[in-house]
Amino acid sequence: MSVAQSAPAAFTGRPGALARLRRLEPASLVWLVALAGLAALVAVPLLRLLVSSFQDTDTGAFTLGNYATAYGHLRDVLALGNSLLYAAEVTLVSVVLAVPIAWGIARTDMPAKGFIRAMILGAFITPPYLGAIGWILLGGPNAGWLNRVWMALTGSGTGFMNVYSFGGLVFVTALYAFPYIFVFTAAALELVSTEMEEAANILGAGGARTVLRITLPLVTPAIIGGAIVVFLDTVALFGTPAIIALPARVRVMTLVLWQFFEFPVRAEAAAAYAVPLVLITLALFWAQRMVLGRRGYVALTGKGGSRRLARLGPWRFLILGYALLVVALAVLLPFAALGQAAFSKAWGQGFSWGNLTLGNFRALLADDNSRQTIAHSFTYSAASATLAVALALIVAYIVSRRLVRGGAVLSLLCMAPLVIPGIVLAIAFYATYAPPPIALYGTASILVLGFATRFLPIAYVNCMAALRSLNPEMEEAVRILGGGRLRALARVVVPLLKKNLVGCWLLVFIPATRELSTAIFLVGARTRVISVMMLDLSENGSFETLAALGFFLLGVTILIVALGYRLLGRDFMLRRS
Amino acid sequence: MSEAARPRLSLQQISCAFGATTAVDRLDLDIAPGEFVSLLGPSGCGKTTTLRMVAGFVRPTGGSISMDGEVISSPAASLPPERRRMSMIFQSYAIWPNMTVAENVAFGLKLRRMDRGTVRRKVTEMLQTVRLGGLAERYPAELSGGQQQRVALARAMVIQPRVLLLDEPLSNLDANLREEMRFEIRRLHDEFHFTTVYVTHDQGEAMVTSDRIAVMNHGRIEQIDAPYLLYTRPRTRFVAGFIGRTNLLAGACAGEAIAFDRFAIPRAAFAGGETLSGEVLFSVRPQSIGLHRAPPAAGDGVALVEGRLLQRTYLGESWDYVVAPLDSGLRLKVAALPAEVFEVGETVWLRFDPRQMAPIAG
Ligand SMILES: Nc1ncnc2c1ncn2[C@@H]1O[C@H](COP(=O)(O)OP(=O)(O)OP(=O)(O)O)[C@@H](O)[C@H]1O
Ligand SMILES: [Mg+2]
Repeated sequence: MSVAQSAPAAFTGRPGALARLRRLEPASLVWLVALAGLAALVAVPLLRLLVSSFQDTDTGAFTLGNYATAYGHLRDVLALGNSLLYAAEVTLVSVVLAVPIAWGIARTDMPAKGFIRAMILGAFITPPYLGAIGWILLGGPNAGWLNRVWMALTGSGTGFMNVYSFGGLVFVTALYAFPYIFVFTAAALELVSTEMEEAANILGAGGARTVLRITLPLVTPAIIGGAIVVFLDTVALFGTPAIIALPARVRVMTLVLWQFFEFPVRAEAAAAYAVPLVLITLALFWAQRMVLGRRGYVALTGKGGSRRLARLGPWRFLILGYALLVVALAVLLPFAALGQAAFSKAWGQGFSWGNLTLGNFRALLADDNSRQTIAHSFTYSAASATLAVALALIVAYIVSRRLVRGGAVLSLLCMAPLVIPGIVLAIAFYATYAPPPIALYGTASILVLGFATRFLPIAYVNCMAALRSLNPEMEEAVRILGGGRLRALARVVVPLLKKNLVGCWLLVFIPATRELSTAIFLVGARTRVISVMMLDLSENGSFETLAALGFFLLGVTILIVALGYRLLGRDFMLRRS
Repeated sequence: MSEAARPRLSLQQISCAFGATTAVDRLDLDIAPGEFVSLLGPSGCGKTTTLRMVAGFVRPTGGSISMDGEVISSPAASLPPERRRMSMIFQSYAIWPNMTVAENVAFGLKLRRMDRGTVRRKVTEMLQTVRLGGLAERYPAELSGGQQQRVALARAMVIQPRVLLLDEPLSNLDANLREEMRFEIRRLHDEFHFTTVYVTHDQGEAMVTSDRIAVMNHGRIEQIDAPYLLYTRPRTRFVAGFIGRTNLLAGACAGEAIAFDRFAIPRAAFAGGETLSGEVLFSVRPQSIGLHRAPPAAGDGVALVEGRLLQRTYLGESWDYVVAPLDSGLRLKVAALPAEVFEVGETVWLRFDPRQMAPIAG
């Protein structure tokens, strides 16, 4: 039934339930399903998390006992403090790593920009736990490659670094977190009009002073935005702490949460322990508002806003040197070490013909178990990407075309997972969907739903941006000719946005293939995924197989990214969204 | 050279090429202290490039620029902008959105290490002058376009620049505001007398603001003169056509007279007429041609020509007529007051006044 047919019925019929039912377009049903999906994925689990933190495990009665259990031990409270310190330090280091390079690339004539960008993309798509393994091979107390080189050079009996330390944890985490800040900052710097800087020049400010007083302050919102993402990501990070902090006996929140899930599972206590994380997040966004205040940051007029690259002369090699150092630490060195391990019988034996082998890859592909694991990762990720994009597209459409009241609430729900640490989301999902009668625990469905929810914000932001770029008159043309909303969506919107949607799908698919913190709480014996397998391998010290698996995952990712570049243009990954 | 006669700014044979395109081509320009000079010309003629060379953002590929007798730009060396003690107002205003109005204006003063009290006093005074008294603590996003423009002016002027540069500062404003701000800019110049270079492609703007206007074309200055002279005595065909509307009449020197298509005027009637020779082109403004029903009293070298009215357009403040002299292919634009109504097809008398006819080179 199309609008054209139903409208007269609505006008002539008696007002009442029947008329309203008749007026119901098929499109409305789709809207309702999407809204219900959104509620089930985001609203219900979060409410459930809050409620169960106040519920007794056995009776379900109201209690504050969970909070007592969660925060009853001083060491668990200290772990919270550790996490905040850890995240703050990582954020600081990331800013120091990212901002100079972003400035060099966006505003100067630094050479080799393409290479540096590619390497930063490399750091971006490297799962942090894989990078951490690389750094264990490099900076392990005595056996690490860098320490061995150091000892050989200086004749000293001990190495000069130990990744198994708080400092090591911060350093290794920052190496894979800084690309966020880089992306945000570089994008903002590209928008600053050169006239802003020239206005300071002509008033008497030299090059360095202009950068510090004008250029960087103008992009503070971007830097702060990136820093918040890094901070939240780090607080919620599970993989790197599990690999590095655990052996180093540094206790952070995520590890404590993990302990609540060891037998006997105390999900309610975990929920109680996780609730403050959400509060911290909210506090951060409030603080951001306060800092930025009434100031504006975007240029106010369009004309004359061109960007000329600053000529640095010989200094451009200094900034290039810095960028090379950073990408060497983040990508080149760890991957050299991982590569060596992946093709060795035993990585510690070093480079020799006898040690060289393809056995690690062969073993990986020959083993049924690991083959299944790999297949799980890719199928679950594909399913969750599809689900997330479909849901996000429909909600974004509803919101952007103002089809229902309360669009802001829908937006908020879609964006909420962004500020919910993955690990908290996983606990919320566990609390909602593990208990009977739903009892999804250990099934593929719960992983797919979990991943889809976790990356829903990425999909939503991209769909929203895509829809904004589309003139609504395109659809109105369909409707005036008698097509319904759904037809407009299927025949006009989706085909026009095909490229954007594919890009959006990839942007969900790629992180889903390596997602660890959500998976670790939701996998069952028969739904293991690559990230969880890697963690198991590292616990067993099977770094060779792990490295081979890592290379395999990365190889597939690079193929996908390359395909994305071909289809969608160079920008689709490192774009700020 | 005496102190008074020395120009504040002197551009000598200045050139700038970007690869194969020559944006500015051996341009000469002297600007006296306290003078307001506009660079006026069509899009792409090199105005912005010239201004940016003066500011020090672009290094010339030939020639030199000196300020108070000291070379500040040459192909070999260019004093960086921050050491020129100039200010500039940009097309986009470039006021920093993350600073308040007061902070924007104070920026240059703080760089000059003035103490807080002085900075505050100067900022307050300057904001009063540009009529932004109450808005010191606003952020730029909270201001209207015209107010933002005033912030840019205040920020540039508060440091008492040796030269003030403006690059199409009004192009982002709507028509009414643009009208108002051009008077404002002139008022501020009358108050402070900063040596000013003003780039625009709007002749009205240049006329209102400038002491002298330099008309540019293809990277060179075609003519530089006071606005009045530029209008009444254009020296090139380009200037005549670019500044206002005009009729171009070809004349030939023949003995003591200059012969036009349908009439002749004694050479002596023209200012400097004795130097003319051969074929000469004259620019005759539509307003300077008189329109009459019957032949008016002639005299003083004035020429009368009979013609037929071909077209008319009423513009509110004036009539626009097109008249063809009898038996001539010429089509003349003639402007007349609203009360001077003629009908299409009517026979009319055109009155040419040689004192309002400007001979043009080339
Ligand atoms: N950075 C550059 N690289 C190459 N060509 C340039 C550059 N800047 C200007 N040009 C060229 O030099 C010529 C003069 O440019 P300029 O910006 O000075 O013109 P303009 O008179 O200011 O014009 P407009 O009124 O449009 O602002 C133009 O042909 C332009 O294309
Ligand atoms: Mg220009």
